[in-house]
Amino acid sequence: MTQQKADIIERLKREILPLQGYRSALKSGLSDMGFGPFNGAFPDGKFPLGSIHEFIACNTENATAASGFIAAIVGSLMNKSGAAIWIGSQLTIFPPALKSFGIEPENIIFIDLQNQKDILWTIEEALKCDGLSAVIGELPELSFTGSRRLQLAVEKSRVTGFILRKTSRSLSTTAAIARWNIKSLPGHVPENLPGVGFARWQVELLKVRNGRPGKWEVEWSDGKFHPVSKIAAILPEQKRKTG
Amino acid sequence: MQKRFVSICFRFLETDWFTVRRPNLKNKPLVIAAPEHGRMVITAANSRAQQEGIENGMVLADARALYPLLEVCEQKPGLTSALLKKLAQFCIRFTPSAAIDLPDGLLLDATGCAHLWGGEEKYLEEISKRFSAMGYQSRVAMSDTIGTSWGIARYAQSGFLVAPGKHHEAILSLPPEALRPENETAQRLHKLGLRKISQFIHMPRTALRRRFGQIFLQKIDQCLGFEDEIIIPVDPVADYQERLPCLEPISTHTGIEIAMDTLLSTMCTRLAKEELGIRQLAFICHRVDNKVQEISISTGHPSNNKKHLFRLLETKINEIEPALGIEIFILEASIVEKTQQQQEKIWEQACGLENNQLNELIDRMAIRVGTGHIYRYVPDEHYWPERSLRQTASLQEKSSAEWSIQNPRPIRLLLNPESIEVTAPIPDYPPMLFRYKGRLHKIIRADGPERIEQEWWIEEGRHRDYYQVEDENGDRYWLFRSGHYDLQNTYKWFIHGFFA
Repeated sequence: MTQQKADIIERLKREILPLQGYRSALKSGLSDMGFGPFNGAFPDGKFPLGSIHEFIACNTENATAASGFIAAIVGSLMNKSGAAIWIGSQLTIFPPALKSFGIEPENIIFIDLQNQKDILWTIEEALKCDGLSAVIGELPELSFTGSRRLQLAVEKSRVTGFILRKTSRSLSTTAAIARWNIKSLPGHVPENLPGVGFARWQVELLKVRNGRPGKWEVEWSDGKFHPVSKIAAILPEQKRKTG
Repeated sequence: MQKRFVSICFRFLETDWFTVRRPNLKNKPLVIAAPEHGRMVITAANSRAQQEGIENGMVLADARALYPLLEVCEQKPGLTSALLKKLAQFCIRFTPSAAIDLPDGLLLDATGCAHLWGGEEKYLEEISKRFSAMGYQSRVAMSDTIGTSWGIARYAQSGFLVAPGKHHEAILSLPPEALRPENETAQRLHKLGLRKISQFIHMPRTALRRRFGQIFLQKIDQCLGFEDEIIIPVDPVADYQERLPCLEPISTHTGIEIAMDTLLSTMCTRLAKEELGIRQLAFICHRVDNKVQEISISTGHPSNNKKHLFRLLETKINEIEPALGIEIFILEASIVEKTQQQQEKIWEQACGLENNQLNELIDRMAIRVGTGHIYRYVPDEHYWPERSLRQTASLQEKSSAEWSIQNPRPIRLLLNPESIEVTAPIPDYPPMLFRYKGRLHKIIRADGPERIEQEWWIEEGRHRDYYQVEDENGDRYWLFRSGHYDLQNTYKWFIHGFFA
């Protein structure tokens, strides 16, 4: 009997998830790139595609680390052939570097705008186009209404959107499914060898809808994430928040 | 289809022009005069002046003697041709191809146009009515050939509309000048007593050729339709053009939308059949007050998708000022290209740059934000970081070069390298400390140098030694020293990018 109840609850949970914005993407999902540590944080055990992810960055170094992390995910989403749009003002992305994250730099369309309203409109329009693999937007501010518009746009088209906010002055609530913060970590070079080693990041999932926020340390090498410390340090219970 | 031509003759073109501008000249004898050999000679006279016996070529002083209160205007050089061109462009509402017929007329190719005005009679009536409303007296004739129309418009007293196939009879009673002969030929015909076309048109051709030359025969043939004559329109007719004349002037947003929609569907159906797509499209509105309003769009990819093109044009409707109303809409595809036929998959959409939806999205964005803001990068064969890539606005452009991935490159590159203060140990070692934007960074790890030489055939300058460095926080930077170490301290350190 309890087993039966558990099954029913499990089934209902699965039905609720799509209503909350978790949907299986139509296109081929992420290839296995060592997402293991993060997957546990999401309610259905998968990195949510077809939704909005928000990245917080307080300075250029922070934003750079976040763009590296985004590039790694987008690279896998694009799967060598897809197209993506990168929108922002005064973009400084250097395309040749994207190649090392598995992106074909030619397949990225950059849109450089001054006006915040135009940027938001462009992101929204881009997110409505299901011919894209991903849309990356750089914005200083994102209001709740704005984020909800973006979330509604992706729910129809199932494009994955990444919003990089370059300010941390006020962290208002947004309708994004997850909020991340990526920081660089010192690289590891064995036995005093010269060089700087592979890029290492501290990936912090500050908020995730119905999931468990957490903090991980990962290294990006060979086109995969490798956990630095094997066990994810799940945040204490009282800090858990739901979006 | 039976060809139909309209010839319009303005008998008082120049004087009418002055009268339009100075209404007080109306109903007064008016002449246009120009200096010639030190005296003023009349070049044009209006109908009132002609009634007083004043003719072209008269000396102005003689004319003044005939009629002392004569109004005189000085001739404006180039007025006639400029005026005729404007009038021909105005005629675009009657036919797509209108030509100037110097010195005093216009030619319209009216094939298949008249039914839109409810018949040829009404068509001619409308044309002369519109011209007289503008203040120009005109004589309008229509027939199967250019030559006949020309002759009838200028020399006939009545019967300006010649029914199809009847042009042979129509010209018989006209004087020989109606055939557009050279001056000399016309004089000789008169000398011979041949004052009507009917008197010589049935003569043997050999006799006519011997006496009046081959050119005269050719004119006759053109008049009778044995030889083709072409007209050169003032505005060349685009290959892909759709027209929509309106019975009532349109001035509402909805009305313009409907016109746009109607024209687009005809054009898209035609283009789809020919497997062509639009790259550039103009939507031209001719207003009742003879002003033209035009909006145009361009696409990044040949498209014959009506919905998409409509959405692009729709965003610009607000730029049209209908004023009192628009009487004719023209949709003109100025650039068309072959569409790439795509094999459509039902279960999966092409996700790359060729994706149709993506192309349409980019077109829409370009309309809103401007094309200059949307770009893509392709690799270029250079080592110098700023030159290793090229910006391109096209989604199709491919480069023969490959992205170089031998050395790590920063994911964010500063537009211009920024100067930094550095403490570095001995030559060619990476720095120990650097100060950027007031913050001191202590370097823990470093990689380099990677020397990149300036390409002397493009720009003279010093080489750069690049280092990838990591500070105590784990943030990584791309620094370089410009030039060699030397005692005079001429070298400089810069920060150029950020690694992820």
